[in-house]
Amino acid sequence: MTIVDPIKEQAPVDPNVVNLTINDKPVVARKGELIIAAADRTDDFIPRFCYHPRMSPVGMCRQCLVEVETPRGPMMVVSCMTPVAEGQVVRTATDSVKKAQEGVLELLLANHPLDCPVCDKGGECPLQDQAFSHGPGESRFVEEKRHYEKPIAISDIVYLDRERCILCDRCTRFADEVAGDALITFTSRGNDTQVLTFPDEPFSSYFSGNTVQICPVGALTAKPYRFKARPWDLEQTESTCTSCSVGCRTVVQSSRDELVRYQGVDIDPVNWGWLCDRGRYNFESVNSPDRLTTPLVKNGAEHVATSWSVALENASRMIRMSLAQNANSVAILGGARGTNEDAFAWAMLADKLGINQRDAQLGDGLSPEIFNIAQATIDETCAASTIILLSPDLKEELPVLYLRVRDAAQKRKARIVEFSSRDSGLSPYAWRTVGFEPGHQAQVVRETLTSAEMKEQLGRGQVVVIVGRPNLAENEVFTLQALAEVFGVVPNAKVLPVLRRGNVRGAVAAGLTPQNNSGDAIDILNAAAAGKIECLILLGADPMSDVADAGLVQRALAQVKNLISIDTFVNSSNRNADIVLPAAAYGEKNGTTTNLEGRVSNVVQKITPRGTSRPDWMIATELSIALGVDIGVSSLEDLNQKLVSSVPAFAPSADAKSTHGDGVLMTRETPVTISGSQTKAVDRNAYNYRLIVSRTMYDTAQSTVASPSLVGIINDSAIYVHPLDLARIGVVEGTNVRVGAEGTNVVIAIRAHNGVHRGTAWLPFNHTGVDVRPLLNIAGDVVDVRIEPIK
Amino acid sequence: MSRLNDTNVKLAREIIARYPRPKSALIPLLHLSQEQNGYITREAMQHLGELVGVTSAEVYGTASFYEMFKFEPVGKYLINICGTMSCALMGAEELMHHAEKKLGVRAGGTTQDGMFTLAHAECQAACTEAPTLQVNYRYRLRVTPADLDNLIDNLKAGKLNDEFPAHGVLAKVRQTIPAERAVGAKAPEDVTESPAWLDGKAAL
Repeated sequence: MTIVDPIKEQAPVDPNVVNLTINDKPVVARKGELIIAAADRTDDFIPRFCYHPRMSPVGMCRQCLVEVETPRGPMMVVSCMTPVAEGQVVRTATDSVKKAQEGVLELLLANHPLDCPVCDKGGECPLQDQAFSHGPGESRFVEEKRHYEKPIAISDIVYLDRERCILCDRCTRFADEVAGDALITFTSRGNDTQVLTFPDEPFSSYFSGNTVQICPVGALTAKPYRFKARPWDLEQTESTCTSCSVGCRTVVQSSRDELVRYQGVDIDPVNWGWLCDRGRYNFESVNSPDRLTTPLVKNGAEHVATSWSVALENASRMIRMSLAQNANSVAILGGARGTNEDAFAWAMLADKLGINQRDAQLGDGLSPEIFNIAQATIDETCAASTIILLSPDLKEELPVLYLRVRDAAQKRKARIVEFSSRDSGLSPYAWRTVGFEPGHQAQVVRETLTSAEMKEQLGRGQVVVIVGRPNLAENEVFTLQALAEVFGVVPNAKVLPVLRRGNVRGAVAAGLTPQNNSGDAIDILNAAAAGKIECLILLGADPMSDVADAGLVQRALAQVKNLISIDTFVNSSNRNADIVLPAAAYGEKNGTTTNLEGRVSNVVQKITPRGTSRPDWMIATELSIALGVDIGVSSLEDLNQKLVSSVPAFAPSADAKSTHGDGVLMTRETPVTISGSQTKAVDRNAYNYRLIVSRTMYDTAQSTVASPSLVGIINDSAIYVHPLDLARIGVVEGTNVRVGAEGTNVVIAIRAHNGVHRGTAWLPFNHTGVDVRPLLNIAGDVVDVRIEPIK
Repeated sequence: MSRLNDTNVKLAREIIARYPRPKSALIPLLHLSQEQNGYITREAMQHLGELVGVTSAEVYGTASFYEMFKFEPVGKYLINICGTMSCALMGAEELMHHAEKKLGVRAGGTTQDGMFTLAHAECQAACTEAPTLQVNYRYRLRVTPADLDNLIDNLKAGKLNDEFPAHGVLAKVRQTIPAERAVGAKAPEDVTESPAWLDGKAAL
């Protein structure tokens, strides 16, 4: 114990370091840190319910009372609200502290129903655990407890049991502070305080699952896990989510060889413990009864189940025959769904066979050159003084990145300069939002960034550009031009590329990207439609649903003679495939994945692959043997060894341990500069509406459709225009209108949306109901449509 | 429509402008909407959320703390009969029974014609004048059953319109702060110097 003499007291060497003692043991803390956070680094556990390290402290539950020495003797303080101080003496387990903590717990339990035997939280419940470790053992409360209607659904996913609630403010604080969706709140404050939504307005947050995870009692439960398993029956392993390219760290939990739950894991560089609801709950699709379990070959008009040897034999024959004609008659689409190893095995196979036409992106991303510009990590982005958005709506496409960027704007006062043709989830937090009509962004960016006010802001420190594909109905070149304009003004800016598919960055780095100047996915499809591709391999790709120009895909798939699909489901693209090979899904295979910032982390197998399905790399290996070009891989370790030794980008992940936890960043290429050619889209005819097509979190993606808890949340197709344009068209909200573009038209419901600019129309991509893709013939650079009332 | 009407929206904007943060104006705005509709409607809460930039759930969370904001329609006259100690000793219970018989509704209920809502109340801080009641929060003291009959009859006949405006009206004369008299309070985060009365003796 350090005795501090106030007279001889010496200033600490580092003004940000504070020395204190907790239970007579010296602890070094950071200035401003809370006692409870400092204590968490020692062996002494302070009980708590409301405190959460990623949210601001509120001191609601009073469970973390400790004693701090003061000149007037020991004083009881809540350790989650009291910052550390030099020479502070903290005791966490004296008799009076114990008595206080027991008293608080007795009060918390007074109104708690103690229905632990039927409660999902039982076994992993902080209230249960701490009642045992820090509680009085018995209650003096003999009166009737309060009663509420047992669980009420507060959203499509989340149930609330108000009897169990201890009013810790974690979920409401999360909704307000972290997610920015204050849709649940304390109501009827006083004796009847309860957490509720606004009457009949659901808690429809994209992040609602996090409130279930951080609820310290069983008050919030989620539909997908309710009554599915008991915590002590769960097996779990840490892994990485691959639903999108943010790469959130998760714990994958299973029971009886079925996935039952994902929980977020707090890692500093990426997700801070949070997950989005789609990533959290789409595990249901892995358990779906519709999964492919056996290879299928086409027999006449129908698929028949067959053995792997027959299917592989057929597949290799098809590839061999097509290759015999011309090396350019075989193409591979997809690969972003799998692991780095999967992608690398397929890239090796393609190399051996001389297949140059391959693309892990499906025409909805950006050219891979984007990875060669100076790169920023998520942390660097959030620490920047200016964040420029040339990206899709992050809240919809990369939800957890949205949380990080929002936090940077709110707490660190990073300034967001948003260029967007439609208001996004980040618009309310942007310092400046500059609208543009699709196709005109380069000019708008140039004009905006050269203003005096903006120049001053850009000069304040690091500038990071978040760049992705904001609009599927617009040529990617416009975004790249706008990016070039940014670099024209801020040459030392950095880029955080946000391509959304799970492992797209890893797949591209591993080699599933156009080789020797052969074309990208759209060129491949064009070649196929022209009859130049004889054999098309769909590696977990569903171009019919994912490529905006569905007409092109339809023509392409009709022309391809041999269609081989490796997938987890039968989908609209492989419904007529000649061979469908069942692939192992997420949670069924080991490997590594790469997130959007180039962070390599491991994905871990938790359950047995369904039926006879196999990981993609294994299929590539088998095919290579059948084709007589053995890629020389006999195990995943083998493959990983080859990957890290032959692809320099993956060298840092050579030690398997480095891909655990935080993961490890790929080697960065020496940055190149970007310059854009100056083209501008044609001006819009004033009678038309320029189309913005973008994705929302819940669309008809296979993993969402096959998850029973999520499928009901997908919105119906509609076209959205500014309220004044609605009046201009002369219709009212919800009526059907005819939307026409070059020779095609679709009939679809129209809705007003304040976030859509005048003269433009927003079509969310892949919603249920009306298929809008016939409109998206993207031969031109932008798409203009007519919107007419139906007489 | 029970959103704020145009006149009140104008007034609402004036009220919002008095505060450094729009959401601080929420409670005066809730009063305004209660004045317009006699109670706080769902649509009004949604409208107020839009006006001050918070979610409707937050508006509801704030409003539901206050006993005087009603979320169900109440009568034009809300009669609160005190039932706390002094009044109870002086015959509040008989008074309540009498009122129930007279109005034909139980405590907590509203008459069919929408004129009266009868309610129990806690201490109204006029114990020396027990038993007391309030009509739309305006006192009647030392109330006898006969007084109550009289009061109700007069209210029905519209003879007391001057004294008792309809439920929700805070004051007959609305006080406004002329723009040039506005204090122009700073947002808390913008306050940098310590208050004048501290005379520089302590930092904030």
